[in-house]
Amino acid sequence: MKLSELPVGTNAIVRELPNPDPANIRLREMGLLAGTKLSLIRVAPLGDPIEIKLRGYHLTIRKTEADHILVDPVP
Amino acid sequence: MLLPPHITSNSTSATRNPVYALVGNPNCGKSTLFNALTGLKQKVGNYPGVTVEKKIGTAYSQHGTPITVVDLPGSYSLAARSPDEAVTRDVLLGRRADTPQPDRILCVVDATNLERNLYLVHQILDLGRPVILVLNMMDLAAAAGAEIKLDKLEAELGIPVIACEAVNGRGVIDLKLAMSRADLPLSRHAWDVPAAIAPAVAELQASLTANDGKSPLIARAEALLLLTDRDSLRVAGSKPLSARTAETLAIWQRRWEGEGTDWAGILVNSRYEAIGAIAAEVVTAGHTPGPSTSDRIDDIVTHPLWGWLTLGGVMAALFLSIFTLAEFPMNFIDGHIAALSDQVKAAMSPGDLRDLITDGAIAGVGGVLVFLPQILILFFFIGLLESTGYMARAAFIMDRLMSRVGLNGKSFIPLLSSYACAIPGIMATRTIEDHKDRLVTIMVAPLMSCSARLPVYLLMIAALLPGDSVPIWSKVGLMLLMYTLGTVGAFAFAWLFKRTLLKGAPPLMIMELPPYRLPGLRDVALQMFERAWIFLRRAGTVILGISIILWFLTAYPKAPAGSNEQQQLAQSFAGRAGHALEPAIKPLGFDWQIGIGLITSFAAREVFVSTMGVVFNVESAKDNTTPLRQALLAAKWPDGRKLFTPLVCFTLMIFYVFAMQCVSTIVVVRRETNSWRWPLFQIGYLTGTAWLVCILVYQTGRALGFG
Repeated sequence: MKLSELPVGTNAIVRELPNPDPANIRLREMGLLAGTKLSLIRVAPLGDPIEIKLRGYHLTIRKTEADHILVDPVP
Repeated sequence: MLLPPHITSNSTSATRNPVYALVGNPNCGKSTLFNALTGLKQKVGNYPGVTVEKKIGTAYSQHGTPITVVDLPGSYSLAARSPDEAVTRDVLLGRRADTPQPDRILCVVDATNLERNLYLVHQILDLGRPVILVLNMMDLAAAAGAEIKLDKLEAELGIPVIACEAVNGRGVIDLKLAMSRADLPLSRHAWDVPAAIAPAVAELQASLTANDGKSPLIARAEALLLLTDRDSLRVAGSKPLSARTAETLAIWQRRWEGEGTDWAGILVNSRYEAIGAIAAEVVTAGHTPGPSTSDRIDDIVTHPLWGWLTLGGVMAALFLSIFTLAEFPMNFIDGHIAALSDQVKAAMSPGDLRDLITDGAIAGVGGVLVFLPQILILFFFIGLLESTGYMARAAFIMDRLMSRVGLNGKSFIPLLSSYACAIPGIMATRTIEDHKDRLVTIMVAPLMSCSARLPVYLLMIAALLPGDSVPIWSKVGLMLLMYTLGTVGAFAFAWLFKRTLLKGAPPLMIMELPPYRLPGLRDVALQMFERAWIFLRRAGTVILGISIILWFLTAYPKAPAGSNEQQQLAQSFAGRAGHALEPAIKPLGFDWQIGIGLITSFAAREVFVSTMGVVFNVESAKDNTTPLRQALLAAKWPDGRKLFTPLVCFTLMIFYVFAMQCVSTIVVVRRETNSWRWPLFQIGYLTGTAWLVCILVYQTGRALGFG
């Protein structure tokens, strides 16, 4: 499932990231890698961007980026 | 013996005190630690050619030996994505001619967020310089239930690890002791470059050593970096790669692309694997407590309803404090400048020199100093918003709206601040990483109606709707209309520039939301004074010069003896320029007398009011606008038509919404964009728009039978 479709409050594990363009390399350098555990904390009041929690910190990315990140929800 | 760094070599021998670089992720408390280490012994400037702050300070060891510390901009990675990060990378790699490569490196990490912070440390260990690792915010880590075994971390990395709480100074003495050690060990941390890319690293390293004159250790670090940093961001002052090395890199990239190898991903992955292994040894995450305080604050601050109310409240507090708190110091400064001017007048005999000093220098510089309290308060608020973490939340909430015109949420606070004064707003754009987004924000910031426009708006509204019987809401409505017009203009031009002149890659927003923290008032105050001083130093000289020129234009050539101020102004160069300008502004309904006001208020908008006072020979236009208003209403064209018709007043207000009438802003834009090109373009497009919109409004109004 796409990260942008993950319901608020659920945990997931990153399955696949797109081939890196410079922006994506930065996402990886921020610790968002295949196998990384994350949870979707909230969506901004206007519906974009989203806030995720990974490796103990909070990160916000736009849905256009989250569209390309595939995740497996975990209970 | 102490020698400046550029005379001695880069060795860490005991012949001199080593130079330290201070590096770390944004939000890790690096600035607080820098202030704690160096106190007020800091020098703040700019790296030549780029608008990145250069901070150098002196710390003293327990024995009083001075230690130089260079505070490098906060970075997540050496693979730079912003000019700030590019400077950090270039200084650490010894690529900048203006800054010697530091001998030793102080790495600050946020202990509550160890894994991601260690990524940068991992890259830095490759540089082959002695590193001291500072674990900041140990108290917060402990409060979150995490236990970090310092001795294990020290053993794993083979470098000194110091626990620290920079906010209250705990650990700073230990750190200074470590810093004054004569020799520091190099990291023992061994890390295997993944097999798929190891041959490329070896080849690039060899080429960098042979063709770019790098030492082997730095060459290896650069080779690794070239593989993550694909579109290697270059800033002024960083040396480009040699053709041979660039060719080697291109050959490998083509091969990997053919094979479908994600080389950069592999490299980042293997670093995080190494970090993960260390973290597993060193960190014992305790029980996960429920939502933290920060999470609970965010539930409100980013809530669909409460979030907007909070944002509105913060904005209201900001503007209230600017207009109420600033009033007293502004009157104080105003009074003292007037008193100074009177003293000079009393002490000197009448003459041009006296007028030059009082009407030129003192009045001109005073006109800028008066806005200093507002500017300071804004700097303070911006600093407060940054250091508490609310700035990132405002960007999070506003991103969607800002993305409509192609910007991202980080442009919001700079634009908002510009309602009070464009100068702090423009200086606050440094937090925007993307160069083009930053330029667009700077270009449109002066469209937000600042407080210097208020006197002009108020005078024109008074002339437009004279009498006390006019309902207050129509005056307020007119004022709001001007603010709306400027705001709409700013967004329209941002949209236009993002599609034409400054077309960039699709908008991106990768932003950390740091935990809320109590602001360090000392850090915020220090930053406020630094920024204000930069502004005063830069703007002061230029404004002094422009004020003297403007004074000269109004004082020469001399009218015959016995003429009053009004006659003098009318036949001065400024008066003649007003006449010369008349054909251009007549279609806007302005005559040469208004033209003089447009010229003199180029220095600062509020000067228009005092110029009108002189032009129409009204004493003390400043304190009471009623006589001036009456004089304006009585003013006529030579053919007897009224000059200040309601339509002309309205058009004049619109002119001030758009026109770039502020020397201080021009000087600050010059500094922040590093060339005269952008401020000149800004004057052209803003004043051009003002003229076009005014002609449209005036001629339409005439056609409809107004005025």
